[in-house]
Amino acid sequence: MEEIKSTLLEILSELHPDEDFEGCDTLVDSKILDSFDIISLVSEINDEFEIVISADKIVPQNFNSVEALCELIQSLMDED
Amino acid sequence: MELNVLSYLDNIVKKAPDKVAFANEKEGFTFREVYTQSRSIGTYLHNRGYYRKPVVVFMDKHPKTILAFFGVIAAGCFYVPIDEEMPQSRIDLILENCKAEYIICDESTREKAKSFHFDGTICLYDEIAETPENAKALSEIRQKALDIDPIYIVFTSGSTGVPKGVAACHRSVIDYIEQLSEVLQFDENTVFANQTPLYFDACLKEIYPTLKFGATTYIVPKSLFMFPVKLVEFLNEHKVNTVCWVVSALTMISAFGTFQTIKPEYLRTIAFGSEVFPMKQFRIWRKTLPEASFTNLYGPTEGTGMCCYYHIERELAEGEPIPIGGPFRNTEILLLNEENKQAKEGEICIRGTSVTLGYYNNPEKTGESFVQNPLNTAYPEIIYRTGDIGRYNEHGELVFVSRKDYQIKHMGHRIELGEIEANVNMIGGIKLCGCIYDEEKGKIVLYYVGDISSKELVKQLKEKLPRYMIPNYVEQLEEIPFTANGKINRVSLKDKYKKEKKHNGRN
Repeated sequence: MEEIKSTLLEILSELHPDEDFEGCDTLVDSKILDSFDIISLVSEINDEFEIVISADKIVPQNFNSVEALCELIQSLMDED
Repeated sequence: MELNVLSYLDNIVKKAPDKVAFANEKEGFTFREVYTQSRSIGTYLHNRGYYRKPVVVFMDKHPKTILAFFGVIAAGCFYVPIDEEMPQSRIDLILENCKAEYIICDESTREKAKSFHFDGTICLYDEIAETPENAKALSEIRQKALDIDPIYIVFTSGSTGVPKGVAACHRSVIDYIEQLSEVLQFDENTVFANQTPLYFDACLKEIYPTLKFGATTYIVPKSLFMFPVKLVEFLNEHKVNTVCWVVSALTMISAFGTFQTIKPEYLRTIAFGSEVFPMKQFRIWRKTLPEASFTNLYGPTEGTGMCCYYHIERELAEGEPIPIGGPFRNTEILLLNEENKQAKEGEICIRGTSVTLGYYNNPEKTGESFVQNPLNTAYPEIIYRTGDIGRYNEHGELVFVSRKDYQIKHMGHRIELGEIEANVNMIGGIKLCGCIYDEEKGKIVLYYVGDISSKELVKQLKEKLPRYMIPNYVEQLEEIPFTANGKINRVSLKDKYKKEKKHNGRN
């Protein structure tokens, strides 16, 4: 899980070097992430972790915090 | 033909007063409400003696924003829509350029409006929309109106760092709406879902046909464009049958496999433009909605919205770009080569009523691209030089080839890389910078030399540029490559970026 988190934080900070992602649980609601970010985030996460985040998983509650995203990634990796 | 865009409203309010014209997820406005409120706003401006001048509309994306536009036109003025999320420094540049004396805002934007460098009147939509109508005055304004009078100014990216305001008149908009409606076969049963921002000309496609036919436009909440399943649910809930969206909004749905969960049930007319539609994504759409019509639209803001269209009917080869087809009726496309002669491949130049009035308060920039038709030496005739290179394919269809300069299309937005660089260079600690675009991933990439962290750079840049212009990848370099002429070498920056991308897999 820690490994997932650090890779994810790396992807996120490349996307927005000026934002502090850790500890925030309103990434979507506070408009820190926009539609461009979600699109590139999903495709980079898919590539990096060799998973497929399907459309039904792309909902606000899965993208509002680093923790929620980590859990989503973990659960998809476990499915394999 | 109509002479004033508000004639559409005058006609339809008699035929369908109680039908919903413009709505969002929470509330809708009937044609009667659109009519009444816009005339109240028109009267408000008239009562203050404000006439044939620009009015800034600075409101959240909402049906009322559209009603405010019509109110401004009813007063014989022209609207200047501004994005509520635009950084203040950019808004100040726009205010300085257009010299508007009125800003219409709403409760959520009023505080921000007060912080602008602005000496005029800031008025609240909900207050001025209750002004008792002065029918006589409004009718006199209409009598005196000409179809060459402007109705809006929209601001587009300028390579020197200052946005350019494109002014368009009634005649151009009416011509556009008539031709577009014929091509896409809009009628009173059309239900639009608006995706594009209201502060650009792209939303003309929904706003005015809604008035012309008595159709209905739903404004899609911006946040839904992050969440494909919810987006399609919205389309189905409101029985949306027509979308004119940027390509990235459509591919966002198809690329995530959304159609395996949910399909748009009522959609039958799909128009798109501003970007290349990846063939793989297009085929997913086509397969999901085989009965729907798909139309590629092309055109710059300076040519009033769109000026070319292509119905995708034949099978396109893998890797074949979707053609931009040919011009709407009453518009001609000239391909001019370096010698200003017609050629098989050349700069796409627009001739016709769709050519807008030019850049507001900017004769220098206007003179560079709104020029005398070089093929006509007999009388004054202005054409617009797009800076796009086009050619005809073997089917006689016009195809976009490339840009002459460093303008890009990113998430449907038209951006001058030079404008990003100009703003980066204004930041303290920056010595040099160069901006390139990764077309494949759709990323704006910025390289810079200077004593400032990329974190601090992005933070400061967000105070100057709208979010869609903020680079998606930023890297600090020891030095920046130059060309033999002493210019920043974007080709070599691009090579460097490609090499690194291959090397570390990510970016």
